[in-house]
Amino acid sequence: MRSAAVVQVCDMPTVSVKRELLFQALGRRYTDEEFDELCFEFGLELDEITSEKDIISKEQGDGKAEGASDIILYKIDVPANRYDLLCLEGLVRGLQVFKERIKAPRYKRIMPVNVDVQRLIITEETAQVRPHAVAAVLRNITFSKDRYDSFIDLQEKLHQNICRKRALVAIGTHDLDTISGPFTYTARPPSEIRFKPLNQSKEYTASEIMDLYRTDSQLKHYLHIIENKPLYPVIYDSNSVVLSMPPIINGDHTKISLNTRNVFVECTATDITKAKIVLDILVTMFSEYCEKQFTVEAAEVTYLNGKTCIYPELAYRREKVKPDLINKKIGISETPSSLAKLLTRMCLKSHVTGNGNNIEIEIPPTRADIIHACDIIEDAAIAYGYNNIQMTIPKTYTIANQFPLNKLTELLRQDLAAAGFTEALTFALCSQEDIADKLGADISSTKAVHIANPKTAEFQVARTSLLPGLLKTIAANRKMPLPLKLFEISDIVLKDSTKDVGAGNQRNLCAIYYNKNPGFEVIHGLLDRVMQLLAVPPSKESGYLIKAAEDSAFFPGRCAEILAKGQSIGKLGVLHPDVITKFELTMPCSALEINIEPFL
Amino acid sequence: MSPAMATDGPALAELLLQRLERAGGSGLGSLEAAAALGLEHQQLVGAVKSLQALGEVIEAEQRSSKRWELTSEGKEIIQEGSHEARVFDSIPAEGLPQSKLMNLPSGKVGFSKAMSNKWVRLDKNADGGPRIFRAVESVQDSVREKLQLVQQGEAESLEEKDRNELKKRKLLTEVVIKTYWIRKGSAFSTTVTKQETDLTPEMIASGSWRDLKFKAYNFEALGIMPESGHLHPLLKVRTQFRQIFLEMGFTEMPTNNFIESSFWNFDALFQPQQHPARDQHDTFFLQDPAKATDFPMDYLKRVKKIHSQGGYGSQGYKYDWTLEEARKNILRTHTTAVSARMLYRLAQQEKFTPAKYFSIDRVFRNETLDATHLAEFHQIEGVVADYGLTLGDLMGTLREFFTKLGISQLRFKPAYNPYTEPSMEVFSYHQGLQKWVEVGNSGIFRPEMLLPMGLPEGVSVIAWGLSLERPTMIKYGINNIRELVGHKVNLQMVYDGPLCRLDA
Repeated sequence: MRSAAVVQVCDMPTVSVKRELLFQALGRRYTDEEFDELCFEFGLELDEITSEKDIISKEQGDGKAEGASDIILYKIDVPANRYDLLCLEGLVRGLQVFKERIKAPRYKRIMPVNVDVQRLIITEETAQVRPHAVAAVLRNITFSKDRYDSFIDLQEKLHQNICRKRALVAIGTHDLDTISGPFTYTARPPSEIRFKPLNQSKEYTASEIMDLYRTDSQLKHYLHIIENKPLYPVIYDSNSVVLSMPPIINGDHTKISLNTRNVFVECTATDITKAKIVLDILVTMFSEYCEKQFTVEAAEVTYLNGKTCIYPELAYRREKVKPDLINKKIGISETPSSLAKLLTRMCLKSHVTGNGNNIEIEIPPTRADIIHACDIIEDAAIAYGYNNIQMTIPKTYTIANQFPLNKLTELLRQDLAAAGFTEALTFALCSQEDIADKLGADISSTKAVHIANPKTAEFQVARTSLLPGLLKTIAANRKMPLPLKLFEISDIVLKDSTKDVGAGNQRNLCAIYYNKNPGFEVIHGLLDRVMQLLAVPPSKESGYLIKAAEDSAFFPGRCAEILAKGQSIGKLGVLHPDVITKFELTMPCSALEINIEPFL
Repeated sequence: MSPAMATDGPALAELLLQRLERAGGSGLGSLEAAAALGLEHQQLVGAVKSLQALGEVIEAEQRSSKRWELTSEGKEIIQEGSHEARVFDSIPAEGLPQSKLMNLPSGKVGFSKAMSNKWVRLDKNADGGPRIFRAVESVQDSVREKLQLVQQGEAESLEEKDRNELKKRKLLTEVVIKTYWIRKGSAFSTTVTKQETDLTPEMIASGSWRDLKFKAYNFEALGIMPESGHLHPLLKVRTQFRQIFLEMGFTEMPTNNFIESSFWNFDALFQPQQHPARDQHDTFFLQDPAKATDFPMDYLKRVKKIHSQGGYGSQGYKYDWTLEEARKNILRTHTTAVSARMLYRLAQQEKFTPAKYFSIDRVFRNETLDATHLAEFHQIEGVVADYGLTLGDLMGTLREFFTKLGISQLRFKPAYNPYTEPSMEVFSYHQGLQKWVEVGNSGIFRPEMLLPMGLPEGVSVIAWGLSLERPTMIKYGINNIRELVGHKVNLQMVYDGPLCRLDA
């Protein structure tokens, strides 16, 4: 998605589904091209057609792939806010409604008959570590291998995306028939928690469990969430059986299997809004396999202060949007009833109200992404078909202006090239060494901004000079015939307490001459030419002059400061042999670097 | 004096021209001409080339032919006789001791051949050691005779078996020679004028150029490249994109601020504080200066409210928005942070006026690097703010923009971006790859971003973006981004780069 630079990259979740299973559920077959086309229209992307065997042989080599399944898999990229499309069940439901083959199901929360409602009591200790929990029951569910795999996979997808790698929300699913409520969500010192974790053969204390998973390729990423807390979250049943120690691991005791008929779902969280969304998504997707399809049995969550909530919320929200607004925002002219029909195809059941002045839209619990009328308008546009919208040119009349600093830069670039210098384009980020040690300076003497989280030394600071980049460019091009004459006009970054962020850019011009002789006169001549281009004469009063100066980057006695517009704008001179050596160069070299902003 | 001795360059050329005159329209072959003039073929070829350089005096068509030539040993045999004949001749009637014979120059080779021809006999039991006697009265030196035939150009009259035998004995070789078939040219003349290399000031002054002939130029050779500086290919493309935006009436935004606060980079764009893009793994945070200090506080309060509680018809994200998170300084991850500042500024005007903005500048991502991804790249962005803009307007603007880039086949895919709704990815059909490739991303900014800024309710803002590097890499066929951007650039590529003409 890098080309999509207008947008911050957000990892698009990829859902992998068996092609046969998908077509079976869709009730028809597609060619790969047809399915790709359908995805495109709906805002999905058929990213890859592969198989388990292909995946393993790609990642680990052909040898390892032997015996792996060669059933065809579709890898489908799903928009990051569409949690309702993260599993086969949801994808099929979304596409079938889109194609008007089915009506969107209506999800219902029901109270249990003949048994008590399941209760989860939250104790106050959880407040310090993970204060929220929600719960629900999937009653009389029928799993198959594929359904079970999809159930586990959806939890993983939710964990990786909306749950922010379990930091915000962690899901636990349990075989209700192995435990008995009421359940207690509490927090205890790690030494006091002891149970047999999922798929382990013996009991461990919580501290031991953390050690156990320190090398686990998956679970090690979640340990930091609670590791340094004095109390760890834990859920018990009424017989002190551990259901889970969120957000790390469930207990082995409550493990669900293909034969599980009743599933207790709990989500613990630091963000209650997201916990509710996650619970709604998980139960709406898999209530399809309950005896009473699309119904979910309620659970009661009680806080110690007596506050009680019933979950899942499965709330349907109503919004009203004017048809005129939808038409105007998209640039189409559909009738209100046709717009209502378009929205209904996006699982947003809609009808026209009033005298056709309004469309009433029902937002189902699966569509937490709909938070504003603009989201509804987008769905209408998708259902209408983006590529069916008439393209128009806005009437907006404006006079264009260049940014003066860029205008000056563009003009100078052209003339520097005409003066025989070749343009380089170097990185704005570099190592401390590049801007300090290698130029014979101390990092504390620079006004450099420092990066807190560089992955390598190349990204420690923003450059405070263009010179290191040009020297590195020459070092990488030593095979080229001499002389090398390079320039760059670009921004450096300096700390500046007058700016809101405490730092600002400065547009510099840097040029360098690299040959068997130092060529000071060449670089000096270039300065004279630049000043000529800027219509600044060589004069003490109103023009520019250079005067001897000292700078650790330059050879003593071969460096001058450049004064213009009543200020020092930079330096030129023959580079210090130490600098030349540190940049892995062997020839004499002279350089010029000035700030061009005073010439605006 | 043989004619060959007298023929230096021009004289030889004229001799050749005279022969050509006599040969008439059908022309003559260089081998035959050389033989007729008693010249080495190579000398004649030199004359042909110098005549060619005069222009249209002659036409010379290159041909190649095989020819049998004597080796130096073969030539010696023509002079001195074959080794075996020389051995035979050196044996007197009373015979010769074998040891003495073997010391003669042709002894060893000649003796074995003479023996197998039965020209001589060996008496091992003679007094004073083995002795050689003539076995026949006289011999016929057929080797020499055959070589003489070859010398007279009659190699073809020999039997193949004989030729191969002589070749085996390294007396003959078969050579391929480049010959010319020469005909009169359109400017044929039998005299050769001395040619001047080039025009001089003196010739111009004296007018002598009128009477002089000038050597023809070789137009097949390359010229000498002018000494010059060169602009960087990526920045040449940047110049063209700037030009396109200016042609379309877009004003350039001041993007000269690489350091940005999380507030303007994310919060102002309604990007929630837990969004993955705000993670350490994706964004460069600053250690120093770590926090931004100055915000328009009224606006900031409205941003806080829209995130945590909603408003302006939005549900919001319903989480605890913190100022601390918004204050964190970063290296901007997109230039849209500047667009946000510009739109906020636009909203502060007394009366709203429509605006079209663009920028092309660096952005930074703390990501995994590979052949097409660097930690910094250039983002191209366009923004239009006006009353009543539609999705159709966005698509129409994109069509005009991409048409100027030489991209005409576009289609649009629904997408998700945190701060645009509707959002669309832009695909174009790539003839080379024979498939649709993503060329940009676009959308209409969310009301949750625009309304807290204070923009009027009816104002829509459409925007799109793409990277500068990708179209440049495709345009110039570069596979590794490091060859294009950064210090590892290949300067030869910069020197050799063509003009950037995006629609050509």
